[in-house]
Amino acid sequence: MDKLSGAQAELREMDALAAADSPVHRLHPLCKLLVTILYIAVTVSFPKYDFNGLMVMLLYPVLLFQAAGIPVRLCFYRLRMVLPLVCAVGIANPFLDPVPLMRLGGLPVTGGMVSMVTLMMKGIFSLMASFLLIATTPIDALCAALRKLHVPGLLVTLLLLTYRYIGLMLREVAVMTEAYHLRAPGQRGIHISAWGSFLGQLLLRSMDRAEELYGSMLLRGFRGEFHYADIPACRASGVVFTMVCTAAILTARFVRITTLLGSLFVR
Amino acid sequence: MHMADALLAPAVAATMYAASAVTVGASVRTLKKDENMAKLPTMAVTSALVFAGQMINYTIPGTGSSGHLCGGMLLSSLLGPQAGFLSMVVILAIQALFFADGGLLALGANCWNMAFYGCFVGYYLLWRPIMGSKLFQGLGAKGAGRAKIILASVLGCVITLQLGAFSVVLETSLSGITELPFGTFAGIMQPIHLAIGLVEGLITSAVLVFVYEARPELIMDVASAEGESRYSLKTTIVILAVVAAIVGGGLSLFASANPDGLEWSMFGNAESGYSENMGLDEENYGISSGAAEVASSIQDKTAFLPDYAFAGSDSAAGTSVSGLVGSAIVAAVAIAVCMAGGFFRKKKEYANA
Repeated sequence: MDKLSGAQAELREMDALAAADSPVHRLHPLCKLLVTILYIAVTVSFPKYDFNGLMVMLLYPVLLFQAAGIPVRLCFYRLRMVLPLVCAVGIANPFLDPVPLMRLGGLPVTGGMVSMVTLMMKGIFSLMASFLLIATTPIDALCAALRKLHVPGLLVTLLLLTYRYIGLMLREVAVMTEAYHLRAPGQRGIHISAWGSFLGQLLLRSMDRAEELYGSMLLRGFRGEFHYADIPACRASGVVFTMVCTAAILTARFVRITTLLGSLFVR
Repeated sequence: MHMADALLAPAVAATMYAASAVTVGASVRTLKKDENMAKLPTMAVTSALVFAGQMINYTIPGTGSSGHLCGGMLLSSLLGPQAGFLSMVVILAIQALFFADGGLLALGANCWNMAFYGCFVGYYLLWRPIMGSKLFQGLGAKGAGRAKIILASVLGCVITLQLGAFSVVLETSLSGITELPFGTFAGIMQPIHLAIGLVEGLITSAVLVFVYEARPELIMDVASAEGESRYSLKTTIVILAVVAAIVGGGLSLFASANPDGLEWSMFGNAESGYSENMGLDEENYGISSGAAEVASSIQDKTAFLPDYAFAGSDSAAGTSVSGLVGSAIVAAVAIAVCMAGGFFRKKKEYANA
């Protein structure tokens, strides 16, 4: 099935990206996590009409994508998830807020138009930043960073284990769906007579599998906590990266860079 | 229902993070008290299963469309509310990180809207009272159990989805993101999620009934459903009536056309400068297009980008134009960086080859 194999392909792609090597990949995961959260928080904090101020924020993901050697276009496929809801919320703005803010070559630009575009930009920018984080940081390194932030070990272990099993479950459900469709040609989804048994059977099998899994974990000496990736202590590069990015992000928020830049050309 | 980062103001996002973090902390504490580490692999496998199961299309008979599984109720009825909540949090985190479904900053809000209601409200206020009740006594032990599972999962999915959708509306409105008046937005969201909740409830109940037939011990509170009841019929009905009154009354109160309470909380209660920072404009909030002239005359006087003028420029329009030119320059630099990066990468690949 399309959605299932698509999800598997996406997981594989992210794993491959995160396994590559670049200056951004080598940064300490905790530094990347903190800077990403700061970037997203600052990006969404721009006022709803401040399109110009927001545009400067584009530079952070674009520069880091290049430094990491990841083409920007890779993350645009993912926008299909983010944009529909953002658009649904923002699409009414041009109709409800028709007060012209300025005129551009005779055409009025209304507040609603500006706020809608700004909203979409915020969605795109925060997606780019979180994509960048996950495309340059393997999941176990991220989990180690979360442990450093004192996220409960139970939750982090659960995250790691679930991530490990999602690939397996996706494959299993994909096989089952394909088998079902081969025996029920012309049907688009699961018929109501099989609603319960389809996932129910897999559920029963998975519960047994979980018991076996726990047994094998115990045999290998599991005592309630995993050993995460050995992330080295934060080096100077991580500290410098965090400080430079924090300074740059805060500058972009509080200094009107685009206006200053534009005033060099337009009086 | 996954919210994106752009739909939340940082203050709202932080509040929701705090609320979800407290719930995570409390759940971890409860689970640790049980010292039941054997549950961990079961939680992981089940949440991975729900994640994959959410991608299955279930055909809705009589229509051309398809429905999907509701995770919260299924997980809490299999694992219990605390373990179910943590599993849901992990699913939402993976969806946000790897599939861009929901955002990193909005994770707290998403956990609250989808996991908290589905697991805690759904379990304590609906699942457990219904399973422990004396409803459907005439159907025999097995039949009563089946009927109770169906009732509890359908009611649970509908009500928790309504609460979740209402929270989405509330959070978006408090963030000052949309120009839609609160009542209109809620009026769009709630009916849509009523239909979604109904279908999700039916799918969830189908899966649970199947498990109940094969391995009843896997489902929470089944013993009380079949054996002696913990709640009398009267208690159950009272609990359900209270839930219905809270949900129905609360929603209709907030979703009324004249949301005084919300406006007060957004504007009357705001610290000075807060509404400006959040892009809220009290005079202009929620005014329909018919009253646009009035709004524009007010707006002319209030001059709402006061901090926008900078030294050397006297006209407000001039400032905006120079801002736009600056934005265009930034965009051009960004494109140039992309193209330069692509150029060098290709060169490197060529050199490697």
